[in-house]
Amino acid sequence: MLPCTGRIDESLLLKSFENGADGVMVVGCLEGDCHYVNGNIRARARVQRVYEILGQIAIGPERVRMYNLSAGEGAKFAAFTTEFYQKIKELGPSPITIARQSKPREVPVS
Amino acid sequence: MITGTPKPIDEVLSMIEAYNKIIVAGCYGCVTVCRVGGDKEVQVLSSTLRLAREAAGRPVEIKEVCLERQCDPEYLEPMRPYIEDYQAVVSIACGAGIQFMAEKFAKTPLLPGINTGFLGVTERQGEWAERCQGCGDCVLHLTGGICPVTRCAKSIFHGPCGGSVGGICEVDKEIKCGWQMIIDRLKSLDQMDNYGKLKPYKGWDASRDGGPRRIIREDMK
Ligand code: SF4
Ligand code: SF4
Repeated sequence: MLPCTGRIDESLLLKSFENGADGVMVVGCLEGDCHYVNGNIRARARVQRVYEILGQIAIGPERVRMYNLSAGEGAKFAAFTTEFYQKIKELGPSPITIARQSKPREVPVS
Repeated sequence: MITGTPKPIDEVLSMIEAYNKIIVAGCYGCVTVCRVGGDKEVQVLSSTLRLAREAAGRPVEIKEVCLERQCDPEYLEPMRPYIEDYQAVVSIACGAGIQFMAEKFAKTPLLPGINTGFLGVTERQGEWAERCQGCGDCVLHLTGGICPVTRCAKSIFHGPCGGSVGGICEVDKEIKCGWQMIIDRLKSLDQMDNYGKLKPYKGWDASRDGGPRRIIREDMK
C-alpha cells in the first residue's frame, strides 16, 4: 500500500512481475482529485510506459492496468478488482510463472 | 547536458543474446538528468531484460550499478575488482562514457543501451532541445546568444537563407529559423552592428575537421 500512486515508478511495477505476479492493477484517486496535485497523472504515464514495455517483451501489455476511484467507492473497487481478476484468469499465468514452473526442480544431493 | 534516447528493447536483447551474466551500468551525470541512463533507468532496463529472457527460457543474471560519472577514470576504477566476473556490460551513459569504460576494461565487451543525442537543454519537463555543436570557436557574443551552427539547419553564417519564411525554417515547419531569431534578438539588443562583425567565413579548424579533439591544461596536471 502506497500513500499516493505518484510514488509508483516503472521499476516497482516491473519488479512485481519479476516477483511472480500474473497481473498488476494500480488503483489511484480520481483524476483531478489528487491530494498531491498530480500524483495519479504521473502514475498513469508510468503505467502506460510499463504497458508499452510489457508489449515489447513476451509478457503482454494487458497484465497491467490502472483504475481510478475515490476512497468512498467500495462497491466500484470490488467491481474493478473482479473485472481485472477475471481478465488475468482468462490470460492465464504469465510466461514467467510458466517458465518457473516448467524448470526442473533441483534434486538435493543426499 | 548530453542527451540521449533509449535503444529499442529488441536491439538490446539481441546484443546480449550470447550472454547470461552481465552488468547494466548507468551514470549519475547528464543521462540521469535527461532520464535515460540514471539508476532508475538501470532498474527498469534490468527488470525488462530479465523478464524477457526468463520468459524465453534463458534467464540472465544482471548486476545493476550506477557510477558517479562514466567519463572520469576514478569512478570507473571501482568496477575493476568484479568486471571480469561478467561477460559484458550494457552501459546507458553517453557514447563518451561507454567508450571510456571500454578503454579501461580491455577484456569486457561494452554494449550501448542508449542512442546518444546532442548537447542540449531542458526546455520543459520531458522536453530537450539541441543548442550547441561544440564547434570550438564560439560566436554567441556576436549572434545575440543564439548559435548559428546549431539553430540554423544549414549552419550558415550570414543568414537567413532564401528558405526562411515568416520566421520558419524550410527544413521543417516546427523549426524556427535560427537566423531570423538571431536578427530579431540583435535588433532588440540594439546590436545589429554585430552582424557585420561576423567573419567572412567560419573556420572549422577548431571543430571536428581535424579529427578527435583534445584539451590539455598544464595547470591542472
Ligand atoms: S559519462 Fe556522459 S552522461 Fe555521464 S556524466 Fe559523463 S558526459 Fe555526462
Ligand atoms: S558557436 Fe560553436 S561553441 Fe558556440 S554555441 Fe554554437 S556550436 Fe557551440
